[in-house]
Amino acid sequence: MDKKATRDAYGEALVELGKKDPRIVVLDADLSGSTRTAKFAKEFPDRFFNMGIAEQNLMVAAAGFAITGFIPFASTFAIFATGRAWEPIRQSIAYSNINVKIVASHAGITVGEDGGSHQAVEDITLMRVIPNMHVFVPADATETRKVIEKVVEIEGPCYVRTGRSKVPIIFDDNYKFEPGKAHRVREGKDVSIIATGIEVYESLRAAELLKREGISASVVNMSSIKPIDKEIIVEEAESTGRIVTVEEHSIYGGLGSAVAEVLCQSLPAKLKIIGIKDEFGISGKAEELVKYFGLDSESIAREVKRFLNE
Amino acid sequence: MEKSDLLLSSPTSEEILNLKLKSVVIRRKILKMLHLAKSGHTGGSLSIVEILVALYFKVMKYDPKNPDWGNRDRLILSKGHAAPALYAVLAEIGYFQEEELWRLRKLGAPLQGHPDSNKTPGVEISTGSLGQGLGIGSGVALALKLKQNSAMVYVILGDGEMQEGMVWEAIMASGHYKLDNLCAILDNNNLQIDGKVSDIMSIYPVEDKLKAFGWNIITIDGHDFSSIISALTLARTTKGKPTFIIAHTVKGKGVSIFENKAKYHGVAPNDEEFEIAMQELQKQEEDLLNG
Ligand SMILES: Cc1ncc(C[n+]2csc(CCOP(=O)(O)OP(=O)(O)O)c2C)c(N)n1
Ligand SMILES: [Mg+2]
Repeated sequence: MDKKATRDAYGEALVELGKKDPRIVVLDADLSGSTRTAKFAKEFPDRFFNMGIAEQNLMVAAAGFAITGFIPFASTFAIFATGRAWEPIRQSIAYSNINVKIVASHAGITVGEDGGSHQAVEDITLMRVIPNMHVFVPADATETRKVIEKVVEIEGPCYVRTGRSKVPIIFDDNYKFEPGKAHRVREGKDVSIIATGIEVYESLRAAELLKREGISASVVNMSSIKPIDKEIIVEEAESTGRIVTVEEHSIYGGLGSAVAEVLCQSLPAKLKIIGIKDEFGISGKAEELVKYFGLDSESIAREVKRFLNE
Repeated sequence: MEKSDLLLSSPTSEEILNLKLKSVVIRRKILKMLHLAKSGHTGGSLSIVEILVALYFKVMKYDPKNPDWGNRDRLILSKGHAAPALYAVLAEIGYFQEEELWRLRKLGAPLQGHPDSNKTPGVEISTGSLGQGLGIGSGVALALKLKQNSAMVYVILGDGEMQEGMVWEAIMASGHYKLDNLCAILDNNNLQIDGKVSDIMSIYPVEDKLKAFGWNIITIDGHDFSSIISALTLARTTKGKPTFIIAHTVKGKGVSIFENKAKYHGVAPNDEEFEIAMQELQKQEEDLLNG
């Protein structure tokens, strides 16, 4: 299976879109090599602005571009985008419903060796809670491209979460991304796994492992965290009655919480939230950390079995 | 104790030679750590070696057996990505076993990619997200004054880091409160990740800006021990103002293939580069010993 980091797909998509749409400008905060906006900077130096190590200013300057008729993409690591710059994003972007596209890289523990200070495991929560904000977490390189194309069409603030590490490409070019629409990527009748980001692939593998033990698991790719696809969640609750969510993110406030909010208010069903428990990340290799935090396919399969036996 | 009691004697030539030799030892350890970790920040660790060596081997008072000793001077590494340099020094003075250095950045190891005060003795507070150290330092300096404790607070910042708005909030607060027990040291290597500080987002003329905020400014060569030590001495004796030492440094200092190259900001030496670096350091050591 081919692998590619979602940040790489972002960098390439920006260049393609930049050719078509002169309204696109890109701002970064001294991480253009890492977020991959450097590709755009090279193609379109006049439409690229390095704001230095100043993430709050990065966001409000992007707002300035937006109210002057441009479509600004603002990029840095997820922790600094959503953490340092949270209140500027809330006030100067979301409050006025300004058309800024925040695309952050290095989300989650797959940042690896840099450690907990650099691993955003709260960003989905932080962005999801803001009114007007769209929150998208692509599962692979293909979906990243589709999401980036879509956010250009959307009028309003968007947050897109990308990652540092290479991940398998699971979708082909025919894949369509729609805000508020999840995809059932595998059918099943015993349990429903709803996953986001890199955990979609891990969940698909977990479903394979479960199949060997006679458990039929459906897998849903919930890349649009906000707006969320309520219908598919309710459908899964109706068909299997047991939902497991999986995310490379804190169990508080992210995908699991979003799904819980829907279930509790529409069709209560048993729910297991798999993610990073109440703790910070640590240094280690990305693959090691995925296992350490129980986010690899084996751990997911194990948790699903335990859940079904409860 | 009055601050004047802490006046440092100027270093003898023998002392300077020893500090230089110590710097070679620290550089070797930094590079070995990074090489074994296969990731981490080479350039910004090498540029602060002399500053850290002067602080820990000549200027600061501390007790590795009692990391929480109340009268210790405090160091906050605001540019936390230079952790390998701090770790190498902390191990050298006995805060923890040298063996720990070789597990840098590995799963379960106490030495994290960026300093973690919960995991590493001698680290005052976790850093790594740029822009926060000087504000922390100003809080510590105010608190020490409140306790009538004469310890000094040192904060090491990067020049790219100076672009963060929070740094300037701390500069304003420290000038306002006349924090003469606070000494900031700028690792002015004129490089950040994406290029030169002066090209990406200039902070210059930084001296004039800081002066306007009520700071005492001292500009030095950040690799020259007598200048570093006399600047740190002045910082201790200056009353009524915080001191900002603008240390002109070379990113990647000490290993010519890494010097002044933005590329080596966040890249560890590979096998070949490590060999070259070790040979160069060996040569430096021999030259020092042969006078
Ligand atoms: C708030 C924040 N934004 C971005 C980063 C990513 N980052 C790490 S080091 C660095 C460049 C630092 O440059 P400088 O301060 O000049 O350090 P030095 O040259 O001494 O390595 C950046 C942008 C960070 N650690 N924290
Ligand atoms: Mg620098």
